[in-house]
Amino acid sequence: MIQENKVLSARFGTPDSCSIETYRRDGGYQTYVETLRSRQPDDIIDEVKRSGLRGRGGAGVSPGMTWSFVPKQTDKPKYLCVNGDESEPGTFKDRQILEFDPHALLEGVGISCFAFGASTCYVYLRCEFAEGIRAVQKAIKEAYEAGFFGKDIAGTGFDLDCYLHIGAGAYICGEETSLLNSIEGVRPYPRNKPPFPAVEGLWGCPTVINNVETITNIPHILKNGAEWHAKLGHADDPGVRLWCVSGHVNKPGVYEFETGFKLQDLIDGPCGGMRDGRKLKAVIPGGSSSKVLLPDEVARVTMDTPGIRALGSSLGSAGIMVFDDRTCMVDAILNLMKFYAHESCGQCTPCREGTPWVVKILQRFVDGRGRPQDMELLLDIAANMEGRTVCALADGACWPLTSIVQKFRHEFEAMIPSAKTSSGRTATAAPTGAA
Amino acid sequence: MFSADVIDELKEIRSHYPVAKAAMVPVLHVVQREKGWCDTESQAWVAEFLDVTAIEVFEVVTFYPMLYDKPVGRHTIHVCRTVACDACGGKELWQHLEHKLGVGRGETTGDGRFTLRSAECLASCGTAPVLLLDGERHENLTLEQTDKLLESAS
Repeated sequence: MIQENKVLSARFGTPDSCSIETYRRDGGYQTYVETLRSRQPDDIIDEVKRSGLRGRGGAGVSPGMTWSFVPKQTDKPKYLCVNGDESEPGTFKDRQILEFDPHALLEGVGISCFAFGASTCYVYLRCEFAEGIRAVQKAIKEAYEAGFFGKDIAGTGFDLDCYLHIGAGAYICGEETSLLNSIEGVRPYPRNKPPFPAVEGLWGCPTVINNVETITNIPHILKNGAEWHAKLGHADDPGVRLWCVSGHVNKPGVYEFETGFKLQDLIDGPCGGMRDGRKLKAVIPGGSSSKVLLPDEVARVTMDTPGIRALGSSLGSAGIMVFDDRTCMVDAILNLMKFYAHESCGQCTPCREGTPWVVKILQRFVDGRGRPQDMELLLDIAANMEGRTVCALADGACWPLTSIVQKFRHEFEAMIPSAKTSSGRTATAAPTGAA
Repeated sequence: MFSADVIDELKEIRSHYPVAKAAMVPVLHVVQREKGWCDTESQAWVAEFLDVTAIEVFEVVTFYPMLYDKPVGRHTIHVCRTVACDACGGKELWQHLEHKLGVGRGETTGDGRFTLRSAECLASCGTAPVLLLDGERHENLTLEQTDKLLESAS
């Protein structure tokens, strides 16, 4: 059995959950004020490090570790950017926090900024989140009025400004250095690292970029202690996560569980099994930029970083996309590769040229004109994209691509006219899409 | 070009940043809200307002899908195209809209009422299929609900 442990989502069902009144009634902002009054910044960073929390945006870096890279002795202002550009296909968890508990995020913002000495926070939201934008905008206003942002917060002498910054529909802006360029008002091409943003970020000043869910974890860790957090779920990747399930299950949605559960139990239990009683064909487990899992892998994988790495995939942004046996995997990866081709910023040649080339080849298969050499060509293009670009967008495109070509080779072969398939059958007609 | 209220709003946005240029995308959103799209004249105005060159504004406008460098209809529809929606009725929703409105991707109906665009993942995969009508999200759409939704937009 698998049971939800609602920490981040505990208030999602509360009437008027977005208002500062209900948030404070439920104990909100107490941890923030107590932390400002009684804790030292280094001590907070240490607490977050010891909690074992990994970033929830996809890369899985410890926020405590990132904060510790911010120079302490500097005359420059320091910045926090909250990454709410949530655009990884299959991922829709940050949106729930923004729409249902924006003050929980803002309390995390306050504590995080105090920990590494930031004086300004920009909450970066994608413009498609109309409802989340309204909720956060209102929450920021309320937090200012209540004295949680502004000058001399809670009489401690700590000053903090918090502003909303709205994007304009580009996936690349979720990449942390692209996000910085997006805020600076230039074309949002990712930057080379080093220098890392913690040292040179916005306008050359120390800047931390943390995901919405990551920041929302912070007040809970400060309130309950690092040891409490470290004991949730898997010891090497502890905590609760908001898992987004989509695709062909009966009950898709966002579920909050501690790490370490069995993926199969989530699908069969809370998600109500496969839709229409169909059979499972594949799962992309961590947002679209993760490697696909086959049913026998789904049956044994545990949802924690060590467990999923053992099968060569990753938890990424916890976007679990479930596909049933009607799905044409060639069609599915064509759809995804159109996404990457559209979202490639165009800065690096391997990605700018590689992603549309892959789309062209996959389209050929779907049109029933695949060639025997095309599978190797896809893998070859991927090998020349992966690791050869400024940011990880190309890597993220390659991982689902190569894993689907390797694990569903027979589906590609069936789309090669009159070719002998690996099973020795002669393919005559090409399947078109999810028929 | 803009009313005093809008200018005040833009100045407030500009004050959030130590460098005016950083207000670029938020300012362009306001411009687009007021004018419907980011026309050349407005881009020149923004350049002056943010103390940058016109080409710097153009570079940004032409990068982002949600900033329009061409006029759009009175209502804009963005249909999610990406895999989770595609697997759960998104494809059918798109075909229905193309057929119903008689336009293709990125086109505007002859009466200027709707512009039909596709969007990449709108972060509503659990409630597919999904579209935005004038920026507001509508989830779990049937074709009948979609028709009603369009009727509500004059």
